[in-house]
Amino acid sequence: MSQEAVRQPTYADVNRDVIRTLGAPSPTYFAWMSIVGLILTAGILAWTWQIYIGMGAAGKRTPQNWAMYITSFVFWIGIGHAGTLISAILYLFRARWRTSIYRGAEAMTVFAVMTAGLFPLIHAGRMWFAYWLLPYPNQRYLWPNFRSPLVWDVFAISTYLTISVVFFSVGLLPDLAAIRDASTGWKRKIYGVLALGWEGTDRQWRHYRRAYGLLAALATPLVLSVHSVVSWDFAMALVPGWHSTLFAPFFVDGGIFSGFAMVLVLIIPMRRLFNLYPYITDRHLDAMAKLTLLTSLILTYFYACEAFTAWYSGDHFERASLFWKATKNYAWAFWLQYFCNSLAPLVLFSRRARTHTPTLYVVSILVLIGMWFERFNIIVAGLGHDFYPYTWGIYYPTVTDTLIVIGSFAWFFILFLGFIKVMPSVSIVEVKETLPHPMKETHH
Amino acid sequence: MAGACVLGIFAHVDSTVRAIRDLRVRGFTDFSVYLPVPVEEIEAALEEGRPVSPVRLFTLIGGLTGTVTGFALTIWTSLKWGLVTGGKPIVSIPPFVIIAFEMTILLGGLSSLLAILVLGKLPSFRRSPTYDPRFTVDRFGIAVTCPSDRVDAVRTCLQHAGAEEVRR
Repeated sequence: MSQEAVRQPTYADVNRDVIRTLGAPSPTYFAWMSIVGLILTAGILAWTWQIYIGMGAAGKRTPQNWAMYITSFVFWIGIGHAGTLISAILYLFRARWRTSIYRGAEAMTVFAVMTAGLFPLIHAGRMWFAYWLLPYPNQRYLWPNFRSPLVWDVFAISTYLTISVVFFSVGLLPDLAAIRDASTGWKRKIYGVLALGWEGTDRQWRHYRRAYGLLAALATPLVLSVHSVVSWDFAMALVPGWHSTLFAPFFVDGGIFSGFAMVLVLIIPMRRLFNLYPYITDRHLDAMAKLTLLTSLILTYFYACEAFTAWYSGDHFERASLFWKATKNYAWAFWLQYFCNSLAPLVLFSRRARTHTPTLYVVSILVLIGMWFERFNIIVAGLGHDFYPYTWGIYYPTVTDTLIVIGSFAWFFILFLGFIKVMPSVSIVEVKETLPHPMKETHH
Repeated sequence: MAGACVLGIFAHVDSTVRAIRDLRVRGFTDFSVYLPVPVEEIEAALEEGRPVSPVRLFTLIGGLTGTVTGFALTIWTSLKWGLVTGGKPIVSIPPFVIIAFEMTILLGGLSSLLAILVLGKLPSFRRSPTYDPRFTVDRFGIAVTCPSDRVDAVRTCLQHAGAEEVRR
């Protein structure tokens, strides 16, 4: 059943194999970095152009003022969710298979939230006034409107970013000490500072482990709240197709679903690049694929509910909105979403597909495309056809906003590529924890 | 009278556990154990008779501070500028719960981080003299602090338990 003919690694093997990934990068790595760097540059230039010209450069006109930016914002926040699910929720459930992939997934979370956080700034136009979103004392006694979902968003996203960074850094601490001890020269100095002088004494471990468990327990309700709050940006409005109590679980599930796909997109090449086969085995891919399938099925159920409630409500505008989405200008995006999110993942019912990396990879990419378009359909198609013909409108992307959205992917990948060369992309400590402990008398 | 410090290095979990038990039996209680990974057996041997780590107190106090801050901020600022929006009361508790919840998690998380640093005495940029780089790879260590005249007793105890190496 399993293909674990590979020899069980020892503690020292784990240190060696993980620290080896931090060696001098290969030409392939540099090639990828250059490509991603060029795309990012294009994105930054496009953003500069948008700041210079104004929001018109991004094709924004009433009613399509959210368009691709908020679509991408929601998409990236969603991506982050799988990382927290793997690192916090599966930690609390003691799912041992998570240990070798959680570090990569957690890094993905941090970078995805960092990417998402750019979009409200890009979208705001004059992002140098972004601090207006925060409650700070000012001359005019103006405070944010705490009844507005957009202000909830500010709190939810900034808390999510902070806690993800804390959780990620705390997890890294003992691993950084291991790298410090294995390196020399300036590297030793840098890792030494980053490791904060960790020695792994019983006293340190004792508090560390408690705090780690508590952080996981705090991150779990947080991750569920973040995408719920993001969904309320929509659900609190009266726009047909948005005003629904279904939105919070629907968004959370969609976020986790797309995040799993992104984890697969990242770890399959990473495993190949670093030859991490003894650690990231087919069993891991199988487990990830099963979770992707599960979240896909839940999402399909939500899609069915969404369509059913639109019809069953008897509300003319709800029905009209759904009909318009499914048959008019954005119908292609609507059906693409169903194909990518509900149909394509069904392949994963087959055990062979779950461990066949090319299939898994293609499905993951389709899921990412599908989930981006799901948000597009909610935002662009949702706003395009509400109560009143006067306010209907179609959105056409421009070169500027397309480049910025593509640039955001480059920003995310450049962060991830940078990360895997300077930080341990597989947790040294947690992988060792799952190995049999060295015993003198083998009585197990 | 200056105490001495004896370090025993172990390759196996069971011998480390035996050493901890033997040391306790012989009346040595001032020792610290170095672990490359947290191991349940060793933790169980160490935790005997110890109170639970006070980290949870940090988290609780941080979290509650967050809840109070969240409600205080929203209620106070709303009263400061009594503008009715959406026909809702000035002090609308349901949306404020969201802010209070996020603040609870934020301050609870940050104070847990603080607990790791304060209780674990981090950051500390001077390696303790008994530290060995193998302790982050695959070796366990027990550093025993004892009066100088009992060094030999500690040595024997560590060696008997199965230490790979014993040094001062």
